[in-house]
Amino acid sequence: MKLNRLAMVVVVGICLSFPAAVFAKPVTINWWHAMRSARGEVVDTMIQKFNESQTEYVVVGTNKGDYDEVMNAGVAAFRAKKQPHLLQVFEVGTQTMMLSGAIYPVHKLMAETGNVIDWSNYLQAVLSYYMDADGNLMSMPFNSSTPIMYYNASMFEKAGIAPLSKTEPITWDQLGEITKKLVDEGIAPYGMVSAWQSWIQVENYSAIHNIPFASKANGYQGLDCELLINNPQVVAHINQLKEWATDKRFMYGGQKYQGPKSEFIAQNAAVYMDSVSGIAKLKSSVNDFKWDVAPLPVEASMKSPQNSIIGGASLWVLTGHTKKEYEGVAAFLKFLASNDMQSYWHKETGYFPITLNAYNALKEEGYYKENPLQAVGIDQLNRANPTEISRGLRLGYFVQIRNIINEELELVWNGKKTAQEALDNAVSRSNIQLRTFEKTYN
Amino acid sequence: MIKRSTFKASYLPYLLILPQVIITLTFFYWPAVQGLLQSFLLSDPFGRSSKFVWFYNYIEIFTDPLYLKSILITFTFSLAVASVSIAFGLFIATMANRALKATALVRTLLIWPYAVAPAISGILWLFLLHPSYGIVALAIKSWFGVDWNPVLKGGDAMVMITIAAAWKQISYNFVFFMAGLQAVPKSLIEAAAIDGASPLKRFWAITFPLLSPTFFFLSVMNIIYSFFETFGVIHTVTQGGPGGSTNILVYKVYQDGFVGLNLGSSSAQSVVLMSLIVIITVLQFKYVEKKVQYTG
Repeated sequence: MKLNRLAMVVVVGICLSFPAAVFAKPVTINWWHAMRSARGEVVDTMIQKFNESQTEYVVVGTNKGDYDEVMNAGVAAFRAKKQPHLLQVFEVGTQTMMLSGAIYPVHKLMAETGNVIDWSNYLQAVLSYYMDADGNLMSMPFNSSTPIMYYNASMFEKAGIAPLSKTEPITWDQLGEITKKLVDEGIAPYGMVSAWQSWIQVENYSAIHNIPFASKANGYQGLDCELLINNPQVVAHINQLKEWATDKRFMYGGQKYQGPKSEFIAQNAAVYMDSVSGIAKLKSSVNDFKWDVAPLPVEASMKSPQNSIIGGASLWVLTGHTKKEYEGVAAFLKFLASNDMQSYWHKETGYFPITLNAYNALKEEGYYKENPLQAVGIDQLNRANPTEISRGLRLGYFVQIRNIINEELELVWNGKKTAQEALDNAVSRSNIQLRTFEKTYN
Repeated sequence: MIKRSTFKASYLPYLLILPQVIITLTFFYWPAVQGLLQSFLLSDPFGRSSKFVWFYNYIEIFTDPLYLKSILITFTFSLAVASVSIAFGLFIATMANRALKATALVRTLLIWPYAVAPAISGILWLFLLHPSYGIVALAIKSWFGVDWNPVLKGGDAMVMITIAAAWKQISYNFVFFMAGLQAVPKSLIEAAAIDGASPLKRFWAITFPLLSPTFFFLSVMNIIYSFFETFGVIHTVTQGGPGGSTNILVYKVYQDGFVGLNLGSSSAQSVVLMSLIVIITVLQFKYVEKKVQYTG
């Protein structure tokens, strides 16, 4: 018995005394993401390229389902102490992640692993969404998009309307005239349709016009924030859409993006607002009419419109791993931010490159000359420096709040409530959610 | 005298039921107790901090007018689904029970829809009833001039999900009614026929009462089905909209808990949901079962 134990000690001792390199297996970095089908393949290619570029680390990417499923998988894994190194989380989960105590902020990770990164070289409107109030980056932006306006160019031509500028936004009044003409002349059954109504018609509308969405700098400066979307401007905007709905200039296509998109493809609506990621989808599914894109409309009173805000997801580094593994995570994140990877990602998926370097390289390469559609979203995002109001939204229970806004807006569209009533109600209901969230974390 | 066999060793029966007990404890009681505990807590999803808040979560949901509305919607929906699917199931079973040439084939075909998952059923009906591209929707809009729009109108959306949820359950009910009908003694029907009772009279006076156990069983099962399993239909067709008009309790639990990660509130909602189902089932057994005749 004693001999056995002694033998074991000796064996273990020998093993430990060998230099690690002899046994060196590459360190595994786990990344759980929500990218499937075509995007999943792009992600797999990027991972493969990283793994081939060095021998120290192996990144293993796993698709855990949709955004909410990935988030839940991360939560469950963290509770079981089996969390991955990297977790992709949708933008509405930012506040929950930030307060979770389960994360290793990216700015800290980079500094502590000796990576000096020039954050000013990143697209500020993208970065600012994932920063804390002091401007420190908490998670690495990964897939970011912003809403733009698609229009049926064949219908515009038929009505004798000049194609829209790709850099200068038209005004909402102009859009009203255009859609009126299209509907009155019987060219289009309906004027415009919008996907993601909360994101585009309330969140982005507020950001572009520099109207606070919530107090405390949209929630960046404290959990005791309150929603402010029942302000006169947003109410007027929703009212206008409601008026347009009565004379067919606006149609409600449902909450899911498939609804509004199919209305545009079926030529039921001449104008369609959706994320830039719609470009690829429309390219593959529209062949019986010409279409083009333009920036989102802006109110005439807004002389210099702000940047629009992003949607999408970012990569969070989770706590509980070794220093060596974190070095690998940092190396991988740096690799993802390289020009090659960013331009590959952008070209394949339409999501924005996150660094100015990559953007400029694409520009020099002539990519945007050949693909002018892709430039519209980036230009809209970069047209101004983000203010405290246009940099993003930082709200607890944001999923619930978006549901509330969707619900209340639908009650406007089907005539059960006025815009003022609906938005007042949305504010008071959302504030209850915010207070519960605040109570949870205080 | 009935012969009783007794076990000498008293531990054997317990040992034999042990696997079942373990399964029930692990997969039912343990999560249920966890849910109950969670409903008194406010905790962040990562489980790093949680606070005991007594009935805060319950007070929050019961002071929310939309939650109360959601309860009402759930009852309306489950009543509609149960009655539509039971009525159709009974009707089809009665029709199929007659001597037909292709009885076996007809029966098999009628059972098929039950194999369709609720989510798929939802999508199928969405393709038929969507106001812009649904064939049926376009037909009723142009032929009958009905302004059908479930994307915008709550009532229409309710009709749509009721159809989608009830459709596949008709097959389930059909199977049970079919079995029930086969058990009705032919002699009774024939005797009534000789006495001059019309087919309709025979159905109401003989078949229907004899089917009451099946009827009772199916009403319990259908209500439970519409409370829980219709999740897939709601998720694919309306996502609770428009304006929350099809937001049934189980969907709200999912939205708040799984997507929104408000674990306290969604646990409280689950407890309420569980209590409702228990109350309904107890009431059914207490009052409805008295009218059930188990022997023919």
